[in-house]
Amino acid sequence: MTRRLAFALAVLVLATLPFWLTNSYYVNIASQILIWAMLALALNVLAGYAGLVSLGHAGLFGMASYAAALSVAGGAAHLTAAVLALAATLVASAVFALLSLRSTGISFLMITLALGQILWGIAYRWISLTNGDNGINLVSRPAPFGISLESPQAFYLATLAAFLLVVTAMEIFVASPFGASLCGTRDQPRRMTALGYNVWLIRFLAFLFSGLVAGIAGLFFLYYDKFVSPHALSLATSAEALLMVISGGTGTLIGPIAGAALVVVMKYVASAYIERWNLVLGAIFVAIVLFMPEGLVPGMLRLWRAMRRARRARAAAAHLG
Amino acid sequence: MPNTIALALGGSGAEWTVPAMTLWLLLAINSITLGGLLFLLSAGFSLIFGLMRIPNLTHGSFFMLGAYLGVSFLSAGLDFWTAALASAVAMATIGGLIERLLLRRLAGNALAQVLVTLGLSFMIADICLMIWTGDPVQIETPPALRGAVPIASVVFPAYRLAIALIAVVIAGMLWLMLDRTRLGAMIRAGVDDAPMARVVGIRVGRLFSIIFCLGAGLAGFGGVMGAPILSVYPGLDADMLPLALIVVILGGTGSLVGAFVGSFIVGFLYNFGQALFPELAYVILFLPMLAVLVIRPQGLFGRQA
Amino acid sequence: MTALEVRELQKSFGGLTVTANVSLAVKEGERRLIIGPNGAGKTTLFNLITGELKPASGRIMLFGRDITRIPSRLRAHLGVARTYQIITLFPGETLLRNAVLSLLGLSPLRWNPVVRLDRLASLAEDARAALARVGLGAIAGRPLGETSYGERRRVEIAMALAQRPRLLLLDEPFAGLSVEERRDILRLILGIPREVTIVMIEHDMDTALEFADRITLLHFGKVIADGTRAEVVADPRTREVYLGE
Repeated sequence: MTRRLAFALAVLVLATLPFWLTNSYYVNIASQILIWAMLALALNVLAGYAGLVSLGHAGLFGMASYAAALSVAGGAAHLTAAVLALAATLVASAVFALLSLRSTGISFLMITLALGQILWGIAYRWISLTNGDNGINLVSRPAPFGISLESPQAFYLATLAAFLLVVTAMEIFVASPFGASLCGTRDQPRRMTALGYNVWLIRFLAFLFSGLVAGIAGLFFLYYDKFVSPHALSLATSAEALLMVISGGTGTLIGPIAGAALVVVMKYVASAYIERWNLVLGAIFVAIVLFMPEGLVPGMLRLWRAMRRARRARAAAAHLG
Repeated sequence: MPNTIALALGGSGAEWTVPAMTLWLLLAINSITLGGLLFLLSAGFSLIFGLMRIPNLTHGSFFMLGAYLGVSFLSAGLDFWTAALASAVAMATIGGLIERLLLRRLAGNALAQVLVTLGLSFMIADICLMIWTGDPVQIETPPALRGAVPIASVVFPAYRLAIALIAVVIAGMLWLMLDRTRLGAMIRAGVDDAPMARVVGIRVGRLFSIIFCLGAGLAGFGGVMGAPILSVYPGLDADMLPLALIVVILGGTGSLVGAFVGSFIVGFLYNFGQALFPELAYVILFLPMLAVLVIRPQGLFGRQA
Repeated sequence: MTALEVRELQKSFGGLTVTANVSLAVKEGERRLIIGPNGAGKTTLFNLITGELKPASGRIMLFGRDITRIPSRLRAHLGVARTYQIITLFPGETLLRNAVLSLLGLSPLRWNPVVRLDRLASLAEDARAALARVGLGAIAGRPLGETSYGERRRVEIAMALAQRPRLLLLDEPFAGLSVEERRDILRLILGIPREVTIVMIEHDMDTALEFADRITLLHFGKVIADGTRAEVVADPRTREVYLGE
């Protein structure tokens, strides 16, 4: 029950954030963390639960942004644009899945990388469609039920609502039979097939779910900046998303969220003090892969447990001695 | 990619008159040049992939860092060719250190190794930014090759010809090494079946180091070679890596012939694609690669997995 | 009724023929033992029967139905279950969860993304029963990492039995076990009701002979001998094949 309590506490803290974090700059950073956490959670469905590491997720993320921006620029209402964007992202996810699920492991990684690059290339070069490097502007953020989201606080709360929805959906997903099946295909795909599971279809559906959530993150990314450029679909962005998942720890829900917080904080807050944050980020990535491959959150937990054991052992020894 | 226009329309740093040359011929020459550069970049990538079974995501960074080092060697007073060789040696050393100190610790875990190379690419990109700042650097073509060479009724810019020739020569040397030497035989065995090679007594770990050094050195050398044409700028690594990936997947991992043929195919696809369909140029580049991955995953010249 | 019939099954890897024109028929309820030296193609035969590998030619009939073209995952739904020579369980999970995953494989619930798996009481009950059948009911809640090798071998069998198969393929179920553990597992296997047809691959002749009604001897992918236990044991070819053992 402590987990439920912790979760409720966390939600409370997050929901009241605009009231105790008065600096709008930090409220914006909080919004950013939530947006990237959604992308990280999306990627985690594949990388963490399915055991399929994708380096092309920024393609799906950015595609939603572009689809929505283009729809609005074409005259659609925000809601219509959002629905269109998510539908387009679902279709793209299906295409990604059909092409990449023919293999696993490194091949899967490379196909997703290639697919992400193709989408990036379209955004960058198909200038008549996407305006190329100049990107597309969004005139205003959506105003659901007439409530304006232009202020950082209002936008943060809207993003939080979406984020909580995503987290809840993820939690239900992971605890469900389908979620267990997905993890099963990660651990023993051979056995799963012999047990009667359709491993390909399980992965395919998981890919769709992952893409949809990445699309939701992409929408809020667009609304935040009111601008999208090809960089959103770049390999660098996919790599950052993967870094978030890995640094936080795959296969848990808190991991990708923690990882997203780490990367975003590094990017914005630390870069005020450290000039070369890419270097730091890359170094952290390498360090985590080398020394804490299970991720920061599980790694820290492991260290903490080891320290507690050591302390208990010392206390016991002192007691006897 | 800023310099594609330059590449398509005639390069920079060299002045030569062009009597009645059609655009197609120009594109063809530039394609061959790019193909040569890509071979220098991809040969190592292909061998690393074939032997160690990882796409070395630091490879673009090796190309860029090599180019930057070449720039520094040049401003230190070395002549072009010495700078290029010095760069190659420096990059080979760096590659060797990376392999021994980092990759070897993750032996057997291909995914972890790929992620380390990814992280390293971030680091190297920033280090280059720190040392050489963000302004693109132009270096001049070596004085001996500044002119144009008339062959038959066509005039070829000398430097571009030289690059293609160098690529062919190095391809030949690599082929000889792989085909005729004991080291080459061991490498081929490792590419074929690394675990089996180990069983037979081949020190596959040492081969990894050698190939990684070789790949990094070639990439660095290619970076310097390409500098007069592509110039050196932040983001060069991100521009070159996908091209290496396409070449190797098209041509087949671990195959030198594949890297050679693939490099020129990509060179042509890139330049002609840019000229004919600038808006879909990238798609034109990646689609054949995707098709190969889906239909014939071992590439044009690779072995069946 | 013939539970399993294999007709002229052929499989090669590159230049190596691993299954050479293998034919055999197992009656319903029978206990068939497949023996042969290492590399004889026994596990390959299992992989062909479960559908993990596709034969170059030949037919596989399950209870009179031709399943040669039926994909592997569907054969589970037709009543085929197997254990593996190398333990292939789900690490990081409890024994109960392992058994649940086995049960889910045949249940339409496996596609459900919204209900809580832990709350499915009847599934958990059946899983516990499956573990109890192999004597592991008491430690159902233990994580797999904290169980012994012998216990894991039992879980392997529990996983297969949980699906209430009509045909059970046991691939070296005694591998790596102590003499006592082998006795226990043998008792377990002997206790399986005759509704289940069992085909077993084993090396340990002493333990397995007690189990077998009929024996098939494979060597270099070919059937060398096939008959009742007594027949095959007395067959001079059997001794020949095993002279090197």
